[in-house]
Parts: sequence; structure tokens; C-alpha cells
Amino acid sequence: MILVFASAANIFSKPVLTSLLVGGLLAGLPLMFTALGETISERAGVLNLGLEGMMLAGAYTGFLGAYYLHSATVGFVFGALGGMIGALFMVVLCVWLGLDQIVVGIAITLAGEGLTSVLQGAQFGTTYPRLGAPTLASIPLLDRIPVVGPSLFNQPPIAYVCFVLAGLMFWAFRSTNIGLNLKAAGEKPEALDAAGVSVIATRSWAALATGALAGVGGAYLSIVAAGVFTPMMTQGQGYMAIVIAMLARGKPIWVVGASFLFGISLSIATALQLAGINISTDLINMLPFLTIMVALIIFGRRAYLPPGLAVPYVRGMR
Amino acid sequence: MNEAGQARSAAASTTPAVELVSISKAFPGVQANDNVSVSLYSGEIHCLLGENGAGKSTLMGILAGMQQPDSGHIRVAGQEVVITSPRTALDYGIGTVYQHSTLVGALTVVENLILGESRALRLNVSRATERLSEFSAMLGVEIDPNALTSDLALGRQQQVEIIKALWRGSRVLILDEPTSMLTPQAVTELQVVLNRLREAGLAVVFITHKLHEAVALSDRISVLRQGRVIGTIDREQVRESSPDELESAIVHLMFGDTLEDASAPELHIAIEEREPGSAAPADTVVDSDGAAVALELNDARVRGDGSQPGLDGVSLQLRFGEVLGIAGVDGNGQRALAEAISGQRRLTHGQISFLGAPVASLSVWQREKLGLRYVTDDRLGEGIVRSLPVSVNLVLKRIGHAPYWRRGQVKRDAIDRNARELVEQFDIRTPSIDTRAGTLSGGNIQKLLLARELTGEAKVVVFHKPTYGLDLKTTRTVRNMIKGLRDGKAALLISTDLDELLECADRIAVLSRGKVVGIVENGPGAAEQIGRLMIGDVSLGLAAA
Repeated sequence: MILVFASAANIFSKPVLTSLLVGGLLAGLPLMFTALGETISERAGVLNLGLEGMMLAGAYTGFLGAYYLHSATVGFVFGALGGMIGALFMVVLCVWLGLDQIVVGIAITLAGEGLTSVLQGAQFGTTYPRLGAPTLASIPLLDRIPVVGPSLFNQPPIAYVCFVLAGLMFWAFRSTNIGLNLKAAGEKPEALDAAGVSVIATRSWAALATGALAGVGGAYLSIVAAGVFTPMMTQGQGYMAIVIAMLARGKPIWVVGASFLFGISLSIATALQLAGINISTDLINMLPFLTIMVALIIFGRRAYLPPGLAVPYVRGMR
Repeated sequence: MNEAGQARSAAASTTPAVELVSISKAFPGVQANDNVSVSLYSGEIHCLLGENGAGKSTLMGILAGMQQPDSGHIRVAGQEVVITSPRTALDYGIGTVYQHSTLVGALTVVENLILGESRALRLNVSRATERLSEFSAMLGVEIDPNALTSDLALGRQQQVEIIKALWRGSRVLILDEPTSMLTPQAVTELQVVLNRLREAGLAVVFITHKLHEAVALSDRISVLRQGRVIGTIDREQVRESSPDELESAIVHLMFGDTLEDASAPELHIAIEEREPGSAAPADTVVDSDGAAVALELNDARVRGDGSQPGLDGVSLQLRFGEVLGIAGVDGNGQRALAEAISGQRRLTHGQISFLGAPVASLSVWQREKLGLRYVTDDRLGEGIVRSLPVSVNLVLKRIGHAPYWRRGQVKRDAIDRNARELVEQFDIRTPSIDTRAGTLSGGNIQKLLLARELTGEAKVVVFHKPTYGLDLKTTRTVRNMIKGLRDGKAALLISTDLDELLECADRIAVLSRGKVVGIVENGPGAAEQIGRLMIGDVSLGLAAA
């Protein structure tokens, strides 16, 4: 730590700053997608602990789509579908049949980890084919902001989709019937049922949307961030997304902010190297999880979970 | 009354707004409804009266679409219909206000009202706000459209519920036990609202087990018992009879001639329970009048939680051989008081003495063992473990201790023997002692709690709303048990039901904002004094104390 302070001057140099910001953004994007998804299903009362598995499923199917059909866009669609397949188990087992969400969620995570590893091995053996570098799109004017502009506003299109999505969700939660139904399904499902809206349908769609977003988050890792699918490549990001969603109390804007901060902690290794600071990579790799622990210690009390969360809904039961 | 009566007959029509014909519905082990027929008319308040478990709520659940009947059919305005869900019920103009709030606390009033209203994407808040003010005007109430519903008082929440039930143009309104959560003032307000609804020509059904409400509010009364309608008192009869005549007619319908006998065996139990010599131990502390002090609170302070106040310096003396009542509007520290005495909450200041010895630092279990018992108001939450059998629930506070546990081993025989005795003695209606406690009716769960707390060396028992939500018969039983404690033991009766306190207690302390604002000797005029203390007439409170 002394070293860090000693070379504090270097930390604010241009390459360090841009690598922190851009790295934080890029590393934060999969978290953002996934945590936005979790926000939807938690709002509706479905605790999705299968995020990790859905991300991996999305990463794998997304990679296949992009690899065989030579299109990142197709890849993301495949990724969303892959995540939704994982979510389908959640929907059928938990929402329809009322099984325990925690158990099923963990099962989905384990199945996702195992299946994608096995399939990847069966298909490619020990080779890891790579995708080409992602195409970038820049935002006119903003990309001319000095220092950070050129790198920050010149990103793969999917990054912009994420922010548009966050904005859309913000609007939908505030002023649409969908947002209201979701909230009621999580806060007091029997009230929603009595109002004539199907709780099961609301929660099913929410869980599917979560799967799709987690799938896209995973696909981002394989298609854009790494350009390759490797087994277990999510490295616990699904769990980080759950923490982010809880701390953000269902607010998409907070999800964006928190994901960005966690993204910085993920990408800080590069920045530190640029700043000429050498710390053991083991320590650096711990950083994201330390951040989570610190965040939970500081903000744990403000986490809000709706009363109906993880409670299966059966009409007429109390 | 006359004017209202005319309005009623003008609005009422000959075709019933809703007819329930020969409805039957069975649940595992229970015939909830057995060939029940009831007709509801516009411009009329129809009361379904019956004990807990008589099948009132099931019947209305069927009409509201929450349950499907096994047989029988429903006609709405003469047309036969099938109601498959709450949504279809609403489509047929049947709105329901359930006993438990269905409002989403985290949403505003307007959001609650428009929940599920339209399939359109955008919410139309401004139009909803306008409609809300129309409804408020019709009911003669005032509601802030943008308040979070969890911030509203219960009576106000219920008004929102009523508006919600009418929101989609319902002409039939079902109210399930609408007064069970309300303060007396809110009940009066509800009465006004109901009259307005009747004048507006709605068919109102309300379900209750409280006799005087049925008599005071309704135009037509159907009495249910064990799943059947055992009698309907129609408009003419209701209008022509005096309240007293009506009450006796209904009591006769409900219980036949068994009513007077009903309480006798339970009274007997309470006497049997007495153990000679257990009342006042040798090292007795005696108060100024020479009576033995059983329990004493000295400047007890307890922190509140959230919106619930704690205790703010309460001093009380409970003597052996008396029932001390605690009156007050709900949410003035009753729970804190009960839990401080039982040991579930720590005092921040002051002392509690039991039989002359300080107990404030003792655990719940230690106090329990000394003979200080607590019958909680939260029967389902902290009273029983729903998924455990009746037999285990009866020894819930003695887990790990002889004779039910020995050397870490469960002694099923001892537990079962104890359970069989208590089930018999306290008349707990349960299919078997292995039945899960959560499946019993409210009255039987309360009997289970009483059986657990009143046996053994109970010396002082704290009752918290002991008859809340119980049917008439169980209420009588429970009150007799409380009065029975006067024989050498002592009871602290915390209740929001003034009638109950006047019936059971010797002295009544009034709790307001965590303080005892006065103690009244029970007797003529006590009700009025208590009422004044409750609404905060401090000068009188000091004089009375």
C-alpha cells in the first residue's frame, strides 16, 4: 500500500485515467446487464441465484452465434436465448411449481458451469478459437472531449444499448403499468392477483427477461471482452450482479453507478500496471471481491428486498 | 332511521343483485359450505353472521372468485355465471374488501387503485386522481392520493380498499370482517361510509362474528353455523325489532339452547387448575392495602421500534387475586409492555419485580419457570410453530427440559400424554394431537396457547388481546379463564376491547404513548373515565391515578 501512495502522482496521468474509466466501463458492462436483469426479477419477487449459470450459458451460446454466423449482433441474440433457457428452469420449477428459488438458482448456476465447460470441450477440445476484434461505434461530438473522450465514447454498440436499457427501465418502473405490476408482484402478490393481473405470468416474464439480460451480459464477456469462450469465464460476476442489484434497491440508475464502480475494481490491474505499480496479481484479483465485502459492510443495511422475494405464490395461501 | 329506511326500500329491487344457490364446498376434513343459498339485494346491507369456521369467508371467497364451489351456482342479476377468478368477479361487478389488507404498502394510494386497471403501457395518474376525488366525495372521506398506503391509518387504508373494490364500477361490495382491525372511531366512520353506499344503491355484504355490529349495521342478517345457513332475518323483521330483541333472536339461532351451558365446563377447568398454596408464597411483598403484590413495574422504560412506541416510565402494581386491565388505543405501547414483562424486550431503565424479586435481567425461560406467563396476541407468528404438531406446540416453551426431554432425547410418550390431557381439558378441537398446529382454527389455536401458558405453576399471566378475532363461544371461554385466575393468581389483561376489560378487570390502567395516564377502579362510570383518559384528558387522568 505504501507503494501505491508513493507513486500517487502517476495515478492521475492520462493513460492511467483513461484505462481506469474505460476499463471500468467495459468491465462493468456485463455486470450492468446482469444486475439490471436481476433488478427486474427481484422487483417481481423472484430471487435469481442462477445468474452465474445463465451468464455462462449466454457466454457460450453467444460465442457460438458470433463464431459460426460471423455477426456480433447475432451472437448477442443467441446469448439472450441461452440465458433464457437457463431462466426457463427458474420459471417452470420456481414460478409455476413453487419450488425453492435458492436451491433451483444454485442448481442452475452449477449446471451452467458444468454444461458449458463440457460442451466447449466436446466441440473444440483444447483449442480456443478466437473471434475478430469487435467493431466500435463512436458518438459524434462526445468523442472529442479531451483526454477521455476518444476512448470513452468509442465503444462497441452493445455498450450504448445497455445505457438505453437502463434509461428505459427507469422510465418503465416509474410510469408504466408493467413497472407497477412488477412491483406489486414482489411487494404483495396477492394484491396483484386480486387486481386481476396474473402473478405467475408477471413473474415468468420477469424471470425470462432476467435470463435474457444475464445471457447478454455473459455474451458480452465472450464476444467483446475476451473474444473467446473459456470455461468458467464469468468468475463470480453473476454473484457480484446479485449484490449490486440488492444494494441498488431496485433503482436502475444505482445499478449503473454501482456496476461502474465494480468494473473499476475489476480493471484496476491494468491501470496499476500502466502507473508503474507492481502488486502481486493475486492481490489484484482479490480486489473485486474485497470491494463487495466492503460495500456490503458499508451499505448492507440499505439493501432492500421486497417482502414477496423468494416466496412462491399460490393463490389462496397466506 | 326512518329516512334511511325509505331510501333503502326505494333503492331495493325485487330481483336479487346476486344469488348464491345451493353452494357446497369441502376442504380436506371440513365441509366449509353445505348447500348454502343466499340472496343479495341492491340498496341493502346484508350481514353474514357466524362463528369462526362457520363458512362465511369461504362462501364470500367463492363469490369473489378466490375459490371454486364443488357444487351449486351463482346468478348475477338473474343470469347464471361462472366466476373463475377475482378478475371475472370484478367483470361481473363484484368487488371485495378482504380481512387482511390487499393494498401494496410500498405503492401510493393512486398506484394501488390503478394496479391492474388497464393493459395500456402508460399509467394514467391524473385521471385516476380525479376519479379518486369523486369517490372520496361520494363516501364523504378525504384521502391524499399520493400518500404511501403504508403511511395511512388502518381506517383510512380500509377506505382506500373500499374505493378500490368499487373502482371498476362494482355494484356488489363484499366486506370480510371489516371492523376487526379498526379503532372505535374508525368503526363509526365505516358505518357512515356503509350508509352512503347503501344510499348509492349498492348491494353490500359484510361478514362478521360480532353480534352488535350485525344488529347495528344491517338490513338483512343471515346466520351461518357449521357451513349452513341456519336462519335469515329479513328486512321487515330487522326494521321492526329492537336491537335487544334482534340480538336474542340471533343468539338463539346461533347456539340454540346450548349457550348458557357452553361456558360452564371451562369455568370448571379454571377452578381445577388452582393449586392450593401456590398463590402467595411465604416471602410475600405486601402493598399499602395489605394485598400481596404479584408483579410490580417501577419506572419501566423500553425502546420503541419503528412507529411503535416503547414504554416511557411505566409503574404498575398487580396484586394477587386481581385482574388488572390495560386499556388504550392500539399502538400505544401495549406490545412493548407485554414483551417487557415476558422478557422478550430489555428494559432500558427501571425494574420489574415478580413475587418481590427483580426479574428484569432474567430470560424468558427463567421467568416462565417462575410462573410468569404470557399469552401473545401474535398467535400465528410467535405463539405457535405452524408446521409442528399440536403435541409439540403444547410444550414449546419447555423444549429441552424434563420430563419431555431427557439427556438430549425426546420423550415422545411424555409429550403425547401431556398433549392428550390438555386437549381434553381445554377442549381443543383438533383431529389428533399430531395435527399440524397451523391447520387449526383461530379459536383452537388460542385454546392451545392458553393450555400451554395456564398449566404448570402459572402464577401471573399476561394476556395480550386474548379474544381478538375469536368467535363468541371461545371468547366466553377465554374470558372465564381470565376471571378464574382471580382465585389466588393474577392476570394482566391488555386489550383494546373496552367491553372485555369492563367485564373481566378489577382495575383498569390506561396506556397512552407508552405511559400509564391513569388507573380506574372498575365500576359504574368507569367506561366514561377510561374513554376520557384514552383521548388524553390529562387532568382527569392525574386525579384518577
